[in-house]
Amino acid sequence: MNRLALRKAWSAFMIGLAALSAGIAAATLVVVVLYVVSKGAPALSVSFFTHLPRPVGVPGGGVANALLGSVVVIALASVVAIPIGALAGIYLALFGRGRLADAVRFLSDVLTGVPSIAIGVFAYALVVLPTHHFSGASASVALGIIMLPIVVRTTEEAVRLVPHTIREGALALGMPTWKAVLLVTLPVARPGITTGALLSIARVAGESAPLLFTAFGSQFWSNPISSPTAALPLVIFQYAISPYHEWQQVAWGGALLLIFVIFALNLAARLVLGAKFAR
Amino acid sequence: MQRQSVETQSVAYAGVSRKVRRGHSPFGDRLFQTVLLGAAWFVLLVVVALFVELIVAAWPGISSLGLRVLGNAKWDPNDGSFGVLAFVFGTLVTSAIALLVAGPIGIAVALFLSDLAPRWLRQPTGMLVELLAAVPSVVYGLWGLFVLAPVMRGYLEPALSKSLGFLPLFQGYFYGVGVLTAGMLLAIMVLPTVAAISRDVFNAVPIEQREAMLALGATRWEMLSKAVVPYARSGVIGALVLALGRALGEAMAVVMVVGNKPAISASLFAPGYTMASVLANEFTEATGQQYLAVLIEIGALLFIVSFIINAGARLMVRKVATERRAARG
Repeated sequence: MNRLALRKAWSAFMIGLAALSAGIAAATLVVVVLYVVSKGAPALSVSFFTHLPRPVGVPGGGVANALLGSVVVIALASVVAIPIGALAGIYLALFGRGRLADAVRFLSDVLTGVPSIAIGVFAYALVVLPTHHFSGASASVALGIIMLPIVVRTTEEAVRLVPHTIREGALALGMPTWKAVLLVTLPVARPGITTGALLSIARVAGESAPLLFTAFGSQFWSNPISSPTAALPLVIFQYAISPYHEWQQVAWGGALLLIFVIFALNLAARLVLGAKFAR
Repeated sequence: MQRQSVETQSVAYAGVSRKVRRGHSPFGDRLFQTVLLGAAWFVLLVVVALFVELIVAAWPGISSLGLRVLGNAKWDPNDGSFGVLAFVFGTLVTSAIALLVAGPIGIAVALFLSDLAPRWLRQPTGMLVELLAAVPSVVYGLWGLFVLAPVMRGYLEPALSKSLGFLPLFQGYFYGVGVLTAGMLLAIMVLPTVAAISRDVFNAVPIEQREAMLALGATRWEMLSKAVVPYARSGVIGALVLALGRALGEAMAVVMVVGNKPAISASLFAPGYTMASVLANEFTEATGQQYLAVLIEIGALLFIVSFIINAGARLMVRKVATERRAARG
């Protein structure tokens, strides 16, 4: 009897520890986010969004060029990676049997775990070395590679969930396969595919490591595709490790903006998916 | 079960489409199939290109210095010394600290989310943990530099030194930035990986496994530790290995808190350097062919090691899922 009490006490103790761990994990997020908000909020002003960076000692200034750079670099990566990834995902879901499909699935999973800085080195060797200059386009190559596997796998999941009966219905009515897939299957799978696209954008929006030696950074307005360009995560890094208080202030503002955008994308992804289940 | 029926359905569907195709628009369908197939091959091609391009770009470094750099700890590019051992050491130590801290906590969080928490609490807690993974590494670095490092220097490192100071690991000056701080920051960053994947694996353990253990008179903790965790073991190991892969390759957060000193030191308080963070810090400043070549070589090494680690982890996580499917028929 005594032994049973001991076992029960031990069980309660360990369950308490597990609950404590979960509490610590959740609290960490809250602590990090609240700290970034408290430090970053004072830095956000209209000029933060509209002005170029100013030299140290000159008050004001913003990160407008970095915002443009980030948007253009991510848009370019998305335009290439999302359609190709979605098509590959559709292939896996509908025709994905055999060794090619297995290899694509497996390698996509592995690719999501490859360090982003190694992909940055790849983009450097592939684009920057032959063209002899840093450019936003080379950054897009790196980000596109990071997005690709995420889009592939989420699209496959989304298309797989569409009941096969509606495709067969379309086929029975005489539609060719391509029409049945594009006009019947895909609209049903769209929320899931959109979720994947949003999550992949959220993932690369905060990436700074692959931008270091591709986008490189800039203090001025520049063509964000063909020239070295500023990008928000890069500015945060460069200003955070600078010794100047004003610049560190800008880094906190940038961090707050970045977290806000990424959390909003994550939330939007969940809402899109939620809308599907509500229907 | 759900999954398997979907697969058999798509087999049936492919059969139907083959018959239909003969009568209707063979050109459209052939084009469609080719485009889809091309996209799938493109993914494959990207991975092959990564391998080839990284090895080709690293070749000047590999051929002139070879793998000897791995055994040399002296890194002084201005002097022509390219020893990367200190980076490998720093990478391994910071990752080990991250796993030692995040492993047990992450598994506990996963058990909490899969079995222990009241139902209404599971989704919100799970979402918080997942958002922890969404915070960009540069923001973790910023936070680590201005918040975690001072806390480490002011509180945790003195406390460790006082209680465990007889070990060489916890001796020396309190820098704040150093191997231990980098490891702790990495622990926060990989925690969601361990927790989310382990939770999925625990959810995949059949309910009968739990019921049988409880019917034998086990307490809830005994049920979890003796029937659930062992059943899910290879999946949990897979989650830990995936977390290891993340920790090994993390550059931005580490470069901001590790101290960036290419030295091998017994003390965890001392500044160090990692493979990923030396790339982040020195790549754009590398002057001279050989300097750059060695850095690219480090990048290629990082890629290959993490590729192998991730492949192994995926196989382990997958094994649990397929075993479960087979067990359920």
